[in-house]
Amino acid sequence: MSVEAREARQPWILLSPALTAVTLLLLVPLCFIVIYSFWLRTATGADQAGFYLDNWAEALSDRFYRDILLNTLKIATITTAICALMGYPSAYFIARSRGNKAMLLLLLMLPFWISYIIRTMSWINILGVSGALNGVLTWTGIVDEPIQMLYNEATVILGLVHFLLPFMILNIFVSLDGIDVTLEDAANSLGATKWQAFLQVTLPLSLPGLAAGGLLCFVLGAGTYITPLVLGGPTDAMFANLVFEAIITQLNWPLGSALSLMLLAVLAVLVGIYNRYLGMAQLMKGLG
Amino acid sequence: MGWFFIRGYAILVYLFMFLPVAVVVLLSFNASQFGSFPMTGFSFRWFVELAQNDAILRAFRTSVVLGLLTAVISTTLGVLASLALVRYRVPGANVVSTLLIAPILVPEVVLAVALLLFLNVLGINKSFALLLFGHVIFTLPFVILVVQARLVSIRRDVEEAAMSLGASPMQTFFQITLPLMLPAVLAGGLFAFTISFDDITGTLFWKPGGVETVPTQIFAMLRNSISPEINALGTVMIVMTVGLPLLGAALARQLSRKGG
Repeated sequence: MSVEAREARQPWILLSPALTAVTLLLLVPLCFIVIYSFWLRTATGADQAGFYLDNWAEALSDRFYRDILLNTLKIATITTAICALMGYPSAYFIARSRGNKAMLLLLLMLPFWISYIIRTMSWINILGVSGALNGVLTWTGIVDEPIQMLYNEATVILGLVHFLLPFMILNIFVSLDGIDVTLEDAANSLGATKWQAFLQVTLPLSLPGLAAGGLLCFVLGAGTYITPLVLGGPTDAMFANLVFEAIITQLNWPLGSALSLMLLAVLAVLVGIYNRYLGMAQLMKGLG
Repeated sequence: MGWFFIRGYAILVYLFMFLPVAVVVLLSFNASQFGSFPMTGFSFRWFVELAQNDAILRAFRTSVVLGLLTAVISTTLGVLASLALVRYRVPGANVVSTLLIAPILVPEVVLAVALLLFLNVLGINKSFALLLFGHVIFTLPFVILVVQARLVSIRRDVEEAAMSLGASPMQTFFQITLPLMLPAVLAGGLFAFTISFDDITGTLFWKPGGVETVPTQIFAMLRNSISPEINALGTVMIVMTVGLPLLGAALARQLSRKGG
């Protein structure tokens, strides 16, 4: 074999284990659940192979599923908006602060290392009936009896914001940090006020980061089922909870396949729109 | 004036992020029977009870073994793939990169369902093997992103110098490339371990009945009520998952200083 041919083959030898893993453990399984979603769970509990539209008919026409899907998108939207409002000024602060930037960034990265389940359950210590906030309220005499603040939609959103905020801040920071500070000075010297310079120069330049953070928050938020289980009430199920119910509790795997593909499709449309206008590169910047 | 306001806002956001976690750590040292305020005294009793709780110890062992195996496999696959992407001109590199990142572009729930159902058809039921496969595929993109970012900064001329001085490609790899890559490899491995150790979304789908990892154990314990034991377990996990990477970062810096 010629040297060139060996050179050309080498990267593929290096790539083949990872590509095989992705193919066998992700791509083929995804194709498989597309097929599986047309099978049928019979009354006896066995799966009937074939081409049945029943699962899709149920998933698409049942009001119950549609309402929960809409509710999931609503919760994800609110969460993303709150993350943006809380995250932008914080990211701006880190990007423009002098001196201890590395420390501030390290602090920001810490939550990534703290387990999601612990960060979620930590709110029970704060808001629970015997939690910190109720302790303060009863101690100061504002309320006589501890009030139940947990297990509703607001606490689900709170938990999601707490979980997703670092993703938002990091993405906005990456994009703010890449903006030349002298651009604002230039705007100022040309007569713009600080606020104008921010609105017309810095903010537009940082929008790609904001969009990347927003996409991550939305997709991760819309795909969660742990937060509603820990911090939500019985009526606060999100779409991923339906998938979990179908697969793990009811063992109706064909229906579960259809439901997870529905979730995938909705989120893929969003990612597709994002990719069309901004490209995936921005997202990788924030992740890497 | 505006800056003063922004700083105050940012401090509040940081407090929002860390206060609840700080409360978990604080309450884990509470002497009281209940996992709540008021603090009645300082005590290590919940940590002692943790160390005597068989279910938790078992979950801990499962998590550590799973995390280590995941880290080894995922880092091996990830480092090889990163080398190919950084060192060679691969035709269609963009498509390959996107493919390798795909496991984090798909919602984890969907990934979990697809893998569970597909492997079940192949005859692999819920088992430790399934958990391991799932954790590997889920951590692989993170490893590749981290390792790739660090590999870019290793200069090729050192390797070329070694080769021109008569080292074989194998010798060059083991004596030059690998030591230079070590910080990247360690970073990737640590990242994979931590993600695996923390994962619950996929794990709840894949784990066989009776097997618990630390996060699923915490989740199961939350069903009853929040006990001081959970807070103590949370504290142990925080120390592990925050302390390890910090230690790793320090170690990597030490190594790269020696190497450079």
